[in-house]
Amino acid sequence: MNCDQILQTQAYLDGELDAADVLKAEHHLENCAECQAMAADHADLKAALAGAQYHRAPAALRAKIGRALDAESKPVRRAPGFWLGAGSGGGAMAIAATIAFFLLMPADPLVNDLAEAHLRSLMGNHLIDVVSSDRHTVKPWFAGHADVSPPAHDFPAEGFTLVGGRADYVHGTRAAVVVYRHGAHVINLFAWADHGASLPRNNSRDGYHILFWKQNGLDFAAVSDVAPDELDTFAALVKKTEATE
Amino acid sequence: MDEKRHRFEAMAMPHLDAATNLARWLTRGGAEADDIVQDAMLRAFRSFDGFRGEAVRPWLLAIVRNCHRSALEQKKRHMAAPLGEDGGMDVVAADPTPEAHAIQTGDGRRLDQAITALPQEFREVLILRELEEMSYRDIATATGAPIGTVMSRLARGRALLKAKLTEAGHEL
Repeated sequence: MNCDQILQTQAYLDGELDAADVLKAEHHLENCAECQAMAADHADLKAALAGAQYHRAPAALRAKIGRALDAESKPVRRAPGFWLGAGSGGGAMAIAATIAFFLLMPADPLVNDLAEAHLRSLMGNHLIDVVSSDRHTVKPWFAGHADVSPPAHDFPAEGFTLVGGRADYVHGTRAAVVVYRHGAHVINLFAWADHGASLPRNNSRDGYHILFWKQNGLDFAAVSDVAPDELDTFAALVKKTEATE
Repeated sequence: MDEKRHRFEAMAMPHLDAATNLARWLTRGGAEADDIVQDAMLRAFRSFDGFRGEAVRPWLLAIVRNCHRSALEQKKRHMAAPLGEDGGMDVVAADPTPEAHAIQTGDGRRLDQAITALPQEFREVLILRELEEMSYRDIATATGAPIGTVMSRLARGRALLKAKLTEAGHEL
């Protein structure tokens, strides 16, 4: 292989390129004999591989795994009350315990709302309503779905990747939530209109951290289980970018 | 059924076929594949708490792959002679005899043999891409390799498979 575009052509054939790169790849493919030969092989192999054996799980294996999971699930059952304090039980238990922990704290209702919304976002498919790493997609989406449209900047160089947006009901408003990923962690950046109410103190509990600030007529809250200093870094990035809006 | 089990049934169990398919291809149809799948599903269930709403299938397939690796290492410890499989390169791939192909019958069988003969690093990306139709990003997650590596392994794997099929007289 000598053509330095061959992997790009392959990505095009695999449907991995976005619109702008598709045009470039098509143009290159028209003029490169090596990529044309590869494209022909690619199509042949795709057709051939469609005939490869797909090994489905036999019913016996499925049943065996079901029984193993039954055995696994049972010991998690504990006396009520235990998991409230321990929070060390099974998945749903731990999450339920965390929610209970937040709810039982004599905390600001806003903190409860945010904690609950954050945990809810991590369960099932509640995290993202609009999937995009493009702020020009996320920000306008908020206009139709939330009460405010905060800018949604991507910070890939700093390791905070914009993955999308969501509308969430917090504090009696339709808050806009910009969703970021930092490694394996999710950061929910909540924003709602600043009506002059003072914000709670920054919170750290049970592995989750909440940072509050006001900027450009909006109240912001960043919620995540990343390390506190990383959440500080993230908040500083957002504030710095907001300041230039 | 508690909530964790419900979530697991709803989110992870739909990918049991994908897990089984990968395990069978990793073990080259070995009888240990089903044990690897069961081990993987249990491990996945136990660590489901730490799972944070990312795509389930690549996460689950990464566990299948780890279980396969553990099973291989265990097997190695119990055998005097080292296995062919070592970090992806293996005896079958290094030495595909024409005789091995001659005993096969039918195109499908020949194709399966040609895929089986690929070293693991190429075999797995081809299976995940062509049979599971996964994105580069998800394949990278499942195999623990950077996307660039996934892309070059796909290219190399396709070229190797094409060569094997041509040499076996497979009509492409």
